[in-house]
Amino acid sequence: MRTQITNEDLELSVLDNDSAETPIAAQGVASGLSEPRAGLIEDQPRGAGAGAAIGVAGSRLSSLDTLESEAIHIIREVVAEFEKPALLFSGGKDSVVMLHLATKAFWPGKVPFPVLHVDTGHNFPEVIDFRDRTVERLGLKLVVGSVQEFIDSGELAERADGTRNPLQTVPLLDAIQRNKFDAVFGGGRRDEDKARAKERILSLRDEFGQWDPRNQRPELWNLYNGRHTVGQHVRAFPISNWTELDVWRYIERENIELPGLYYAHDREVFARDGMWRAVGEVSQPREHEEVITKTVRYRTVGDMSCTGAVESAAATVRDVVIEVAASTITERGATRADDRISEAAMEDRKKDGYF
Amino acid sequence: MSTETFLPGPDLVAAALPTTLFRFATAGSVDDGKSTLVGRLLHDSKAILADQLDAVARTSADRGFGGEGATGTKAIDLALLTDGLRAEREQGITIDVAYRYFATDRRSFILADCPGHVQYTKNTVTGASTADAVVVLIDARKGVLEQTRRHLSVLQLLRVAHVIVAVNKIDLVDFREDVFREIEADVQQVGRELGLGSDGVADLRVIPVSALDGDNVVDASERTPWYDGPALLEVLETLPAADELESHLESFRFPVQLVVRPQGALAPDAIAGGLDAEAYRDYRAYAGQITEGSVKVGDQVSILTPGQAPRRTTVTGIDFAGDELTEAVAPQSVALRLADEFDVARGDTIAAAGTIREASADLYAALCWLSPKPLREGTKVLVKHGTRTVQALVRNVTGKLDLASFGLEPTTTLELNDIGHAQLRLAAPLPLENYLHHRRTGAFLVIDPLDGNTLAAGLVNDHPGDHEDERYSI
Repeated sequence: MRTQITNEDLELSVLDNDSAETPIAAQGVASGLSEPRAGLIEDQPRGAGAGAAIGVAGSRLSSLDTLESEAIHIIREVVAEFEKPALLFSGGKDSVVMLHLATKAFWPGKVPFPVLHVDTGHNFPEVIDFRDRTVERLGLKLVVGSVQEFIDSGELAERADGTRNPLQTVPLLDAIQRNKFDAVFGGGRRDEDKARAKERILSLRDEFGQWDPRNQRPELWNLYNGRHTVGQHVRAFPISNWTELDVWRYIERENIELPGLYYAHDREVFARDGMWRAVGEVSQPREHEEVITKTVRYRTVGDMSCTGAVESAAATVRDVVIEVAASTITERGATRADDRISEAAMEDRKKDGYF
Repeated sequence: MSTETFLPGPDLVAAALPTTLFRFATAGSVDDGKSTLVGRLLHDSKAILADQLDAVARTSADRGFGGEGATGTKAIDLALLTDGLRAEREQGITIDVAYRYFATDRRSFILADCPGHVQYTKNTVTGASTADAVVVLIDARKGVLEQTRRHLSVLQLLRVAHVIVAVNKIDLVDFREDVFREIEADVQQVGRELGLGSDGVADLRVIPVSALDGDNVVDASERTPWYDGPALLEVLETLPAADELESHLESFRFPVQLVVRPQGALAPDAIAGGLDAEAYRDYRAYAGQITEGSVKVGDQVSILTPGQAPRRTTVTGIDFAGDELTEAVAPQSVALRLADEFDVARGDTIAAAGTIREASADLYAALCWLSPKPLREGTKVLVKHGTRTVQALVRNVTGKLDLASFGLEPTTTLELNDIGHAQLRLAAPLPLENYLHHRRTGAFLVIDPLDGNTLAAGLVNDHPGDHEDERYSI
């Protein structure tokens, strides 16, 4: 079992493990890739043979480099092809990573689109604070869709279980329509959920914001088809192919700031539905629920009324990377009450226009 | 809900270390155990987390999987691990390509799990277009079927770099070497007919496996002593990714996505980080993703703007978010600065000087038809190639591939899941390249101008009567 991998080791390991076959360079020649190479060698003489090029410094991109390049390519495609994109920004780690990728895609220019936050009214105050500081730092426009306003006007009704996550769909679609956004970037990842595993990178939504999983456009090579008609819009998921561990490793590598509640801290909590819930204005313990102080952190940051904390001593990003690598429970399973409603909970919400 | 206290052991530290990325897809007919194989890979590489496994174990028990007294993975229907949407669970089928993620300490894998029985061409083409390798399943009791020939034919056409044939259910033929060798020979024969294998496009390997019991999936099996090759996972861990192979090509290609020209609108965080606003007042760079080859500062490049004579210039800078690179390789997303102030825009291609030919408005191509709306001659469509979309007229459909016999039948129309050859006339020239030699710049989409749907995956062929010596001169 290998315990340490460096770039140099990787090159060696690829060679080592191919020893039963031909060496890697020769194998490349044996494959179809030798054809263009050979053709070009004839057309344009080069100093070294095709095989000798293997091992050029820097040619072995890490998986994070590859995922980052893919995400930046997608972000640039959407900006180039759409009239009015926006990025869903909640202050959660996936949307923070998305925004970081956007700053890299357009450097040294400003991120050329606004950010959109659907405010459930049940936010963690430190996350709202983080959101506002980030928007200020990057000089962005912030558009807010408010669940509370829709409840106040009677267009939405509070649910019996008090959870507001499913209520975000209506204000989201309203904000998209009012601002005429034709593409909305989201930080959704395919590893999060079975329904999301079938999501496209560019996903067409109809006039009602609905996702039709049975009628999706095939997505080929790195050619993204974002054509849509009036009233339709497109959701773009540039980090579709990232896992939770990739996100954390990237946060570590890029030294990206996150709201403090992603790291271990002491908090007053009570147990409900197998999760630790924070005590807050909208999240009060019932009679039999005992409040205790625990060292916890959040793996996802959503609506305070449905997001649970996990016990953790991971106080630094390195600690979290190691914790995630060791984790035996998926992040949504551990911390989202709304996904436990039924096995198809996410699928149903996505069909209705959820992120 | 317990706190896990742990000391990070060597495995965990390794899991947190950099890996390389490898994309692969699976293809197979219904009942040859593809879902079980995928489930087995995910399970044995420990990609299945506790709550997912619990859910699957509950469902397996409800359905009485494995029979009375079954334990361990015998009691779990591994195929359920890849079950996706509600409609699929209700109907017991797979509707669409699903993506799965798992990692070993060497590699992170993206698996496109393609359903085999419905619209297999559409799904296999989609999965194979981004795959570094495709695993084709064969049932050891049935051997090479017409379906296998079809799958291999599509993979050859899509030029997948590595094809791995997994001869599954080897336990059900009592691990007999003669059965395996016969199937292996049949596969190699099909490979030779197609030009797959030792001296053709892509490499071809054959592995005996039992997805149900795990033989040769993650670890080499003791029950197949006559097989001395690596287990499937080891093959996947060590094959070079297609992007990596193509990064070594001399033919640097860079379709321009957009021009980065901030003028007054510099990023406040960059300025706060010490960026000299004055020095960047006239900054101009061309952003894109390198589709093949590599580029160095000082390299001579040609700029192809459709409808204009090609221009040559020199790369003076490679920028990536504040880092000045001396070299970049496929598939990196970067921004290039050029010596001359040409008018370069989205849709133009920057290429290594002397390696590309002029743009053309005549497109000869293979089309994998993915839409229920059939293709007819005379139809107007959109062609999306690189970063440019142009109108096109379908002039002729010149034939349809018989995927089982590998022959060409005459036809004037293509229907869903057909693969055929066609000739299109473009409203504006495109820098088209033969797909066989250039996987990225030889690929295009055919789009319906009415509803915007993707109609076909296109693979550029050479023009008939093309002269070798006129190529790659620009």
